[in-house]
Amino acid sequence: MTETRVAEEPVRLRRTLPKVTDRFAAAGAVLIVVILLATILAPWLAPYPVDRLDLVHTLLPPSGAHWFGTDKVGRDVLTQVLYGGRTSLTIAVAVLAMSAAVGVTLGVVAGYAGGWLRDVIMRVTDVFLAFPALLLSLALAVVLEPSVTTAIVAIAVTWWPWYARLAASVAASISTRSYVDAARCLGVPAPMIILRHVLPNSLTPVLVQISLDAGGVILTAAALSYLGLGAQEPTAEWGLMVEQGQTLFTTNWWVVTFPGLAILVTAFAFNVLGEGLRNALDPRRVVK
Amino acid sequence: MPRYLVRRLGQAVLVVAGVIVLTFAIMRLVPGDPAVAFAGPKATPEELAAARLRFGLDDAIPVQLWNYIRDLVTGDWGTSLRTRQPVRDDLLLAFPASLELVGTALLLAIAVGIPVGVLAARYKTKFPDFGVRITSMLAVSVPVFWLALALQTVFASNLGWFPIAGEYDSALDTTSPLTLWTNITIVDALITGNWPIFTSTLEHLVLPAVVVAAYPTGVIAQMTRAALIEESGQDHARLERALGFGETSILTRFALRPALNPVLSLIALVFAYAIVNGFLVEAVFNWPGLGRYAVQSISNRDTPAIAGVTLLVAVVYVLANLVVDLLQGVVDPRARAR
Repeated sequence: MTETRVAEEPVRLRRTLPKVTDRFAAAGAVLIVVILLATILAPWLAPYPVDRLDLVHTLLPPSGAHWFGTDKVGRDVLTQVLYGGRTSLTIAVAVLAMSAAVGVTLGVVAGYAGGWLRDVIMRVTDVFLAFPALLLSLALAVVLEPSVTTAIVAIAVTWWPWYARLAASVAASISTRSYVDAARCLGVPAPMIILRHVLPNSLTPVLVQISLDAGGVILTAAALSYLGLGAQEPTAEWGLMVEQGQTLFTTNWWVVTFPGLAILVTAFAFNVLGEGLRNALDPRRVVK
Repeated sequence: MPRYLVRRLGQAVLVVAGVIVLTFAIMRLVPGDPAVAFAGPKATPEELAAARLRFGLDDAIPVQLWNYIRDLVTGDWGTSLRTRQPVRDDLLLAFPASLELVGTALLLAIAVGIPVGVLAARYKTKFPDFGVRITSMLAVSVPVFWLALALQTVFASNLGWFPIAGEYDSALDTTSPLTLWTNITIVDALITGNWPIFTSTLEHLVLPAVVVAAYPTGVIAQMTRAALIEESGQDHARLERALGFGETSILTRFALRPALNPVLSLIALVFAYAIVNGFLVEAVFNWPGLGRYAVQSISNRDTPAIAGVTLLVAVVYVLANLVVDLLQGVVDPRARAR
């Protein structure tokens, strides 16, 4: 008997270890740290001042002096890509924070309250969910003046229902737990129960979802800017850089290739990390 | 009709009603006066008043909403400020072109994604699986507009293997004009036996379809892999193993069918996403679909057109979801309880 018990321990340990050390997710996390550092430290890392025009050295191919070349007004593409990351990541953080705040609040209330309140909130989220994110962002961005703020608002409006739906289902299951019953019997007021018990326990799946969504938000924001509905000149932004360089693709590939790669790598890193986190939390999905 | 069907239909109707109200609300947020946009900057006060009257802008908001719903139901989707055509007619031309592109892309995604997912599941944690995981993740993470530009530059501009843009060679309109039946060019060309336009459309379809297919292929491959791996851990797989079936035949003969259930519902869900993603691809390849229409309308602040596109795609999305739920109710009795 003792032998089997001793043998059980390492098995359980081994089962948790690959979740944390999933090479895939780890690579994603490392990439994200690198990207974050590169964008935060952009003022020190960038070889040239941002937005500095140099009409003598336009459209130079990549070289030692300009690793990613220069664009049609002589701006250093590497510098613009580094600063563009700031715009993209700011949009992503703002969108995710806003939509998670709104979505989780509504979702947790709906899940805890149940009944007609839950029905009303869920039907409203259904309506918003019927609009693919880029579509509603498109419609909103037409109505509002195009800018980074508009892009943030537009994407957040389409993103919160996912968190509301997720938080509602998690909160509903937590509200049936006995510790919540106990709190209710003790006469703890509902807002207190939600804040103290339901909300903290509903957060983990939402956080995983946020990391899964970051890539999608970055792609949507880039798409909006590409369509001219997001960041405007002279803000450095990846989607906008692709748009400005697209006519030069055949002759000066570097103007379009590097900002595009930046979007791809960033979205890839977030998607990989998000998938790893989801697998870690949902052991059924882990491949043994 | 079973009760779950009635409930699900009722829900869909409710969502469509909400979609209409939300679209109306967004369009009412327009800072500029739609009457000014329609009548032009040099309009006289009389023309402006006429335009205001025409759009009913002087009515109370609930009255306007009611009129809006009534017009939509009776088939009046407004007049485009840019083309000066009824939005409904514009959409009837643009939507089939989008369907053509997205339909081809989804067929491509299914044809590639499912086998690739099976391959990854068969050799899980081995090299093929690793390759599929990375590639499908890249396909999901790539910005479509950039992929579209890259493929267009390499395969159309530089190599000249495919046409650069458009739906088919427009010179063919005079040499072998197309009779319209469904407004889906490739289908019409096929049923009327118009081979020049059919082959030209196929050639033009390849690049944009590949780009639109990237995302669906990635998610379908991932989903197939995950569902197969879960299915091959079930009791029936253990029995099949005990009976001496090899891993490959367990996956393809027994596990694939139940695993395709979640994949099927996924396909309907990515359908609407693919339409909207296709917007960007259409803009790059000048494909005469909803996306190009929407993008052109955006730069003209053509609100009736944008409202029409938004509404149409949202309704398509609701319908796609409805079809999935109903199909699952047919296939899997457990789903009816939900």
